[in-house]
Amino acid sequence: MSRFLRFAPLLVLLLFVAIVAWRLITPDDTKIRSRMTGQPVPAFALEPATAGIPGLASKDLATGEPRLVNVFASWCVPCIAEAPLLMELKRQGVPIDAVAVRDRPSDVAEFLGRHGNPFQRIGADPESRVQIALGSSGVPETFVVDGRGVIRYQHMGPIEAGDLPALLREWEQAR
Amino acid sequence: MIAEAGLAALWLAAALAALQLALACGLGGEQGRQISTVRAVAIGQGLLTAIAFAALIALFLRSDMSVLLVAENSHSQKPWIYKFAGAWGNHEGSMLLWVTVLAIAGAVVALFERRLDDRTLGASLGAQAALALGFFAFLLIASNPFERLNPAPLDGRGLNPLLQDPGLAFHPPTLYLGYVGLSVAFSIAVGGLIRREVSPAIARAMRPWVLAAWIMLTLGITAGSYWAYYELGWGGWWFWDPVENASLMPWLAATALLHSVNVLAARGGLRAWTMMLALIAFSMSMVGTFLVRSGILTSVHAFAVDPTRGSFILALLTLYIGGALTLLAVRISHVKEGAPFEIVSREGGLVLNNLLLSVILGVVFVGTLYPLAAEAVSGEKLSVGPPYFNSVASPIALTLGALLLIGPQLRWRRDSAPLLPRLAPGLLAAVVALVATIILWPSIDILPRLGLALGAGLVPASVMPLFGRSLRRTPFAVWGMVLAHLGVAVAILGMASDTAFTREKLAAARPGETVSVGPWLIEFRQVMPAAGPNWTALQAELRASRGSGVTVLKPQSRFFPDPPTTTNEAAIDTSWNGQLYAVLGERDDQGRWQLRLWWKPFVTLIWLGGILIALGGALALVGRLFRERQQRRRLEEAFE
Repeated sequence: MSRFLRFAPLLVLLLFVAIVAWRLITPDDTKIRSRMTGQPVPAFALEPATAGIPGLASKDLATGEPRLVNVFASWCVPCIAEAPLLMELKRQGVPIDAVAVRDRPSDVAEFLGRHGNPFQRIGADPESRVQIALGSSGVPETFVVDGRGVIRYQHMGPIEAGDLPALLREWEQAR
Repeated sequence: MIAEAGLAALWLAAALAALQLALACGLGGEQGRQISTVRAVAIGQGLLTAIAFAALIALFLRSDMSVLLVAENSHSQKPWIYKFAGAWGNHEGSMLLWVTVLAIAGAVVALFERRLDDRTLGASLGAQAALALGFFAFLLIASNPFERLNPAPLDGRGLNPLLQDPGLAFHPPTLYLGYVGLSVAFSIAVGGLIRREVSPAIARAMRPWVLAAWIMLTLGITAGSYWAYYELGWGGWWFWDPVENASLMPWLAATALLHSVNVLAARGGLRAWTMMLALIAFSMSMVGTFLVRSGILTSVHAFAVDPTRGSFILALLTLYIGGALTLLAVRISHVKEGAPFEIVSREGGLVLNNLLLSVILGVVFVGTLYPLAAEAVSGEKLSVGPPYFNSVASPIALTLGALLLIGPQLRWRRDSAPLLPRLAPGLLAAVVALVATIILWPSIDILPRLGLALGAGLVPASVMPLFGRSLRRTPFAVWGMVLAHLGVAVAILGMASDTAFTREKLAAARPGETVSVGPWLIEFRQVMPAAGPNWTALQAELRASRGSGVTVLKPQSRFFPDPPTTTNEAAIDTSWNGQLYAVLGERDDQGRWQLRLWWKPFVTLIWLGGILIALGGALALVGRLFRERQQRRRLEEAFE
């Protein structure tokens, strides 16, 4: 057997140990970071999701003022849980817009009637196109968009009380 | 009391393992080197470990909740068989089972091994003790199964209901018997390399262990595949899940070893290669256990991740595999060349068999670890799925199958006789089947089509070695080979048929509606509640009819309250030509139930093939042991 072949299994072992040791030292990071943070909001223009509240287009997000964009749906239970926290953000002066995913106008109106309306604009996204373009994989999700329309931060899942300081800080920094 | 006795037995066994290693290294002087001393220590070590394991079983059967492991993994309301199986359905218990099999295997070698000379046997037992010592240390330092819990809880925290299944209860021990059985081949190879004694006697000593371990692995993988098939409710029989791969890799190495060890035992050839395979086979067992137990790879089989334990096993594994492979690299040049052979010969066929099996092993190994490597190098997360494995491994496996048409018909050393008459039946059947599939089913994929042709060819080809022999005087080992190869043919036919002809239907149906899948008409009758010893369920009643045949299927969606878990129990109707497979899913807000239905023609052949392969192995094993005993008796009579 040639010298290389003799040591080949040992080399494979070394490689294996190196890879596995690396994993043991740096435990798996289960967070998914959006590839969209730092990118401008993709171009879109959505119809109003319900009567009386204007729809949402990408140009509405580049107004010189940082905003939050909440991706939600009336059929989503965690969205109900985060509704009071969105109202709290509104009370603190944060402008919030929304994308209603796969929803019906009457359901959206009922949802807002029951849980309050923190949103200035709500766009209807019946086929999840904008949701996917934003890099959102589920509802609810919340984006911080700066005054030039660039996504600065993505929060996945419902906003909980403990998340408020981080969201407010990101919003302040986006000024 | 039982827990303390178990722990004491474990410590004593570890001490004996240390003693055994010291004696084998010559620290006990010439008297300590005497093989009778080493044998006695090894037997004592095996007995004490068995006592420790028996103590753990007793604790589980008595539901002694003052023991942490029992409280965490058992429940007094559980059927006794699952209390019993619960002893190894967790990390600590499974590691104790592992070391128990390891120590008992060592004891059996010490008791019965008569083929090796004393020095080589001593060195092999020393290697086995070194292996055991590391795992004893792991148990005693990092995962003590006998730890007490004070105060004791009123009742335990149950066992994962997915694991409350007779198939799965005995699946891990079968695999472990296979994994650890390979440790003996590893130790004997190390013993032989240390003594610079790589002879056919070593191969003969190794062979029954390789065979036995391989049988267990084959059974374990077959059972695991069937378990995943009916319990997970996905209708598939192999998912290329990391945990499945972890059991497949040692099997591939053991299959290669099984073939090459015969070349060494019968013809004295392939010496270095066989030693390397013996080391790699058990290394793959350790790697597999490590990957599963450390939870390092993401898999449907969720096991807790514990970096301390992971590092401990990784250190052990590096030490053992690294040490053995270094020994191999240093000593391999001293290994004598084996008997020469020509390319067209039985040896040549077996070399090709070994090469192809090793390539498949490499493919699986790389595919399993690639996501980790990619993330380590580029930080990118990705997963390697069935498309990679199927498209890379299947063609190689089919090539290996094609080789099986030819290899077993070849003679040892050189084969100059005309080949065609011996190959004709298999080749002819394969070609006829290929043409038939093209005419009958023009639209199926190329891989299942080739699989069907190959399977059809392998049925006559695998029986050919019996041709022209006196059947009464044919050794069991040859019968075993024929049966195992026939099993390969049957399994390939099953896999190809399932891939080519499965019909799947996903339906949302209300009670009273009718759905069709393949040749079946299925009437969705009703959904009723049902209950078992520790679960409640929703049970659908499906009346399936095909021609005049009628059968009733009752798939369940089970709910276990403690801990709250839902499982899907598929309902399977097996007929001679396939299985009808039904799963009950969720109910939507319009009162429709999700039904998943499959018609899988001849899918059962996959597991039947697996069982035939294992039976063939068992036949060969019994034949070899029986023949050796006869020969020894004849030899003894000749001396008297």
